[in-house]
Amino acid sequence: MHDNEHHHEESFISKYIFSLDHKMIGKQFLIYGLLMFFIGGGLALLFRWQLAYPDQPLPVIGASQQYLDEGEVVTGADRMWERIYESDKEEWLETNMPSGVITPEFYNMLFTMHATIMVFFVVVPILVGAFGNFLIPLMIGTRDMAFPILNMLSFWLAVLAAIVMAIGFFVPGGHAAAGWTGYAPLSADPQWTGVEWGQNLWAISLLIQGFSSLVGSINYITTIINMRAPGMTLFRMPLVIWSLFIVAILLLLAFPVLSSALALLIFDRLAGTTFFSATAEGGGDPLLWQHLFWFFGHPEVYILILPGMGIASELIAVFSRKPIFGYRSMVYAMIAIAFLGWIVWGHHMFQSGMRPGLGSIFMTTTMLIAVPSAIKTFNWLGTMFRGSIRFTTPMLHGIAFVSMFVIGGLSGIYMANTPVDIFIHDTYYIVAHIHYVVFGGSLFAIFGGIIFWFPKMYGRYMNDALSKIHFWLTFIAFNCTFFPMHILGVGGHMRRISNPQQYEFLQGFEGMNIFITMSAFTLGFAQLILVFNFFWSMYKGKVAEQNPWQVNTLEWEAPTPVPHGNFGQIPTVYRGPYEYSVPGEESDWIPQAQPEHAPATSGD
Amino acid sequence: MTHNTPEIQERQPLSNARLGILVLLGAEIMLFSGLIGTFLVFRVGNVTWPPPSHIGIELPRAVTGINTVLLLLSGYTMLQARRAIQRDNLKQLRNWLLITGMLGLLFLGVQGSEWVQLIRNGLTLQSGVYGGIFYVLIGCHAVHVLSAVIWLFIVFGMATAGRFSAARYTGVDTCTIYWVFVVALWPILYVLVYLS
Repeated sequence: MHDNEHHHEESFISKYIFSLDHKMIGKQFLIYGLLMFFIGGGLALLFRWQLAYPDQPLPVIGASQQYLDEGEVVTGADRMWERIYESDKEEWLETNMPSGVITPEFYNMLFTMHATIMVFFVVVPILVGAFGNFLIPLMIGTRDMAFPILNMLSFWLAVLAAIVMAIGFFVPGGHAAAGWTGYAPLSADPQWTGVEWGQNLWAISLLIQGFSSLVGSINYITTIINMRAPGMTLFRMPLVIWSLFIVAILLLLAFPVLSSALALLIFDRLAGTTFFSATAEGGGDPLLWQHLFWFFGHPEVYILILPGMGIASELIAVFSRKPIFGYRSMVYAMIAIAFLGWIVWGHHMFQSGMRPGLGSIFMTTTMLIAVPSAIKTFNWLGTMFRGSIRFTTPMLHGIAFVSMFVIGGLSGIYMANTPVDIFIHDTYYIVAHIHYVVFGGSLFAIFGGIIFWFPKMYGRYMNDALSKIHFWLTFIAFNCTFFPMHILGVGGHMRRISNPQQYEFLQGFEGMNIFITMSAFTLGFAQLILVFNFFWSMYKGKVAEQNPWQVNTLEWEAPTPVPHGNFGQIPTVYRGPYEYSVPGEESDWIPQAQPEHAPATSGD
Repeated sequence: MTHNTPEIQERQPLSNARLGILVLLGAEIMLFSGLIGTFLVFRVGNVTWPPPSHIGIELPRAVTGINTVLLLLSGYTMLQARRAIQRDNLKQLRNWLLITGMLGLLFLGVQGSEWVQLIRNGLTLQSGVYGGIFYVLIGCHAVHVLSAVIWLFIVFGMATAGRFSAARYTGVDTCTIYWVFVVALWPILYVLVYLS
C-alpha cells in the first residue's frame, strides 16, 4: 500500500549528505552538535588555563621557561615559536597567544565564542535539531516530517552558519569579543573591542542560524499538529514531544526578535546608523539592545532546558517502571514556564539601569517560574517514589538532570532577587548558575537521551562500562568545576576577567581557580570517552533488539534499524504513553499501540 | 513533498502547507514586533519627532496615503483571485493575479521614487535614528512585498500551466495568506511611521 515499503537503493550522497529522511537529519544534527561541543569545550579549557595560571604559557604548545627567559630553545614548542617569530608573516598564534600566553583580547574572544557555540551550535542543535528530528515522527507515529525538503534546508543552513562562525576566528582583528550577549554599544563599534569583521560574521552567522531554526520550528509545529497517528491525541503524546512542541513555538516566536536586533547591529556596524549609541546627533539608545536581546534571550534559556525536561521525564518514567506522576500537570507546567519566560527578561537588566518598581515586577514574575519548576521536580520525585527503579546509565543521567536542575534552579531564585542580584550580578555566581542549568541540566539529559535512543538510532547498544565511567567522571568533575564558582561569585570574583590575580581581594582564590581548572580538564577529557564510545558502538556495539528498555512509546514499535518511512503500517494508539506497572496486568508495560483487551483472567 | 502520510492528513482541517504558512506568519509578526518596538522606543524617547536636527524633512504623507489604498486594493484583488479558483475559473484567476501583481509592483515603484526624493532632501540611513529606523522598518516591509510579488508571479506561472483547479489550489491559498499579511501590516506601519 505504500511505496515506502520496498527498499530504495539510494546513493551515498542522497542517503548520508542531502538526506530527506528525518532520522538521518536528526543524526546529522547530533554529530554536528557533538563536533561543535568539542570546539566550544576546547575554548573553555583554554581560558580556564588562563584563569588558573594567568599569563603563563599553555601546556604542550606554550614555550618553556628557559625560552622565555633566555631565548634558549629546549622543547619542540620552543622550536615552533622560534619559527613563528622568525617568519615575517603575522601568524595567528603570534597575535593571539604569543609564546602560548593568552592575551586579554584573545581571552575576551574565547569566552564569547565558548558561550556562543555552546548555546547556538551545541545545545539547541542537539536538543531540538537531533532529538526533535529523530523523535517527533517516530513518537507521534508518522512516516516523516511535514516538509522533508525544508528539514534538509534547516540542517544545511545550520552548517552554513557554523562555517561563517568558524571563519570569524581567522579574520584580522579576531572573532567577536563582546560576550555571547553581544551587548551594544560595546559590540556596535569596532573601536571598543578592536574587533572588525569577527563581530559582523558573528551577527551574520546567528542570522543564518535563525533561518535554520525558523524552518525547523515551522516543520515541527506543523508535523505535531497535523500528522499524529490515529488515536494519538494531544494528551497521549509523550512528554518529550510536548516539550519539543512548546520549544518549537518558543523558537519560532523568539528568534525573529533576535534577528531584528542583529539586523540593527549590522546596520550600526556597516551602514553607519546609530541605533545603539547615544551620540549627540544620532540619538540611539544603548539599552535597546539589551531589551531586544533578552526578550529573545530568556525564552532561549527555556529553549535550552525544556527538551531536557522532556527527555528526563521519559527516562525517569521508563526506568522507574511507573506512570509519570501528574502527566497533565507536567504539560501545564511546561506551558506555564514557556509563557512566563516571555515576561521576565528584565531580570537580566537589574543593574543596567531600571526603575526599582519595574525591577520588582520582573522579580515577581521571575520567582513565579519557581512554581511550575517545582511542580515538575516533585512530579519526577513522585514518579520515582516506590518505583521499581532500574539504575541503567540513562536513568543515572536522568537522576543527575533532576538533581543538578534543582541546584541550578535554586541559585536562580537568589539572582531573581533584586537586592541580592546587586551583589552577585556579573560574578562567577551567575556562571555557576547557568552551567548548573545548561550543563548539569540540558547536557545530562542529552547524554542520557543519546544512550537511551542509541539502540533505535544505530541498532546497537552503547558500551555500558564506558558509559558508566563517562557518567561518573562527568558527574564528579562537573560538580568540582562548577560548584566552587558559587563561592568565587559570592567572594566578588568578576565574571569576565582574564587575570584575577591583578586584584588583591581575588588573590586568595588562586587555589580554588586552579582546582576548578583541573576539574574542568578532567571534565573535558571525560567527554572523549563519550565520543569514542559513540563512534565505536556505532560499528562494534552489542546488537540491540527492537525494544531493549521495554518502553511503551511508538518509536520502539518501529523495526530496528528503522526503515525509510518508519512503520510498516501506521500504528493506532489506544492509550497514554506511561502505562507501566498497571495493577492486574502480567507485564509491567503496555505499549501505546496495544489494543484494549479483556482484563487479565488470573487473580480475580 | 507531503506524499508520505495521506491516510493521516485527510482528517486535518488545514493542510500542512496552509498550516505551515500560518505558523510562519507568527515568526514574521515577531520580527516586525522587534522593529516596531525599536521604532516606538525612539518615538516615545524623543520629545519632538522628527528630532530637531531633522526639522524641514517631511515624509510624503499624501502620496503614501494613496499608495496605502493601492496596496489595500491589491489585498481585495488577491482575495478575488482565490475566489475565482474556488469557482474553478482559471482565466479569472490569472487576470486577478496579474492585477494584484501589478498593484504590488506599483506600490513598490511609488515607494522607490519617494525614497529617491527623500534621499535628495537629505534623509538618509545615516541621519540619526529617525532616518535609520525609517529605512530599516519600511525597507523590511518593502522586502516582504517584493518577495510576495515574486511568489505571486510564480503562482501566476503555475496558473498559466494549468496547475490549479477548484479541488487543488493550495498554492494559491498559501500565497493569498502571505499576501494578505503583507497588506494588512502596511496600514499599521503607515499610521505609526508617517502619521504619528
